[in-house]
Amino acid sequence: MNDQRKYGKNQIHYSARNLWSGFLFGIGFIAFFDEMVFHQLLHWHHFYDKSTTGIGLVSDGFFHAFSWLATVGGLFLFADLRRRHALWLKRWFGGVLLGAGVFQLYDGTIQHKLMGIHQIRYVENILPYDLTWNISAALFIIVGAVIVLQTKKEISYE
Amino acid sequence: MNDHSHTHSAAGEVSSFLLTVPFLIALIVYIWAAAYSKRWPFYRSVFWTGGILCALGALIGPLAEKAHTDFTAHMAGHLLLGMAAPLFLALAAPMTLLLRTLHVNHARLLAKALKSKLVRFISDPTTTLFLNIGGLWLLYTTSLYAAMHEHTFLHVLIHLHVFWAGYLFTVSIVYIDPVSHRRSFLYRAVALVFALAGHGILSKYLYAHPPDGVPAAQAEAGSMLMYYGGDAIDLVLIIVFCFQWYKAARPRSVLA
Repeated sequence: MNDQRKYGKNQIHYSARNLWSGFLFGIGFIAFFDEMVFHQLLHWHHFYDKSTTGIGLVSDGFFHAFSWLATVGGLFLFADLRRRHALWLKRWFGGVLLGAGVFQLYDGTIQHKLMGIHQIRYVENILPYDLTWNISAALFIIVGAVIVLQTKKEISYE
Repeated sequence: MNDHSHTHSAAGEVSSFLLTVPFLIALIVYIWAAAYSKRWPFYRSVFWTGGILCALGALIGPLAEKAHTDFTAHMAGHLLLGMAAPLFLALAAPMTLLLRTLHVNHARLLAKALKSKLVRFISDPTTTLFLNIGGLWLLYTTSLYAAMHEHTFLHVLIHLHVFWAGYLFTVSIVYIDPVSHRRSFLYRAVALVFALAGHGILSKYLYAHPPDGVPAAQAEAGSMLMYYGGDAIDLVLIIVFCFQWYKAARPRSVLA
């Protein structure tokens, strides 16, 4: 009967958890995708590039560790939202895009370029790869931000 | 030459013996207590046996033999002794079984000891993080690794440390046995990230900076095994950790 409204209330009550669950899973997912596709399948990335700086190694280590926990933690948060009937898929997905985009942009600019961790591919002209990488990251962020702002509007309408 | 290798293997046998016997005793005592205790879950005994086998796999047999000369084999042993065995053994809830099996007066004394400040200190994730990851950095980035293969005493001590540091770290992150000084999930999550990061960074560092006496090719293969193998075992630890949060955070009121 009034179940519909009640679920809506739960979603709004847990709107931040929806966003965080998506954001964490987004970071974890993109890091996993990077490891699987670019390291393992294509062998474009190097395990360790001799030009990597010390700070690059530390940054990479922390992001890798965090993304591992974030993947699993994000999914458990997802399960928690479902059992509370509070899952708001649209907001969650906005969080995924934001998390994935932020991590990819950080990886593509600061880690690859500034800290010299490893390059996307070891070819003569790396520019097209870098552009594709970072522009797609920016697109993730923009679309994710739009979705998050839209759902935020829906909260204030309630 | 012959003489040298002879004393080496004799020393190896002594250290294998010293390290193996406690694990065998632990296996026998646990299985005996599990049989003696009423309704002790069977899967816990399976975990315990699995953990002991992981440790033994690192301490005796072909892998342990090879570990003296081969860094990749050493690293496989490190993963088994310092990560897999502690995780399995922690999941077997040995302290719960011990408290159940002991005479009630002894169990009270043990419970009291577990509440002491010393136990609180050595079971804090920050302490266990330093014991575990700090110990590894010390072992692989100083001359300790080379010295370990020369001195039996050092060999035994380092292997004991790797195991106990791994065990203490595991039980400071996931609470299977009763814990009197509980830390919040967030605090433990932060410690876990630092540990994972410290392990990953060390793996990549070793890829480029082999320990004394380790050829570059072995260091590369060994460090990649350390990195990915560590990730695989840590994934199980992370899942157990998050599942504990999921259980603890369950909604208290009944939902429609």
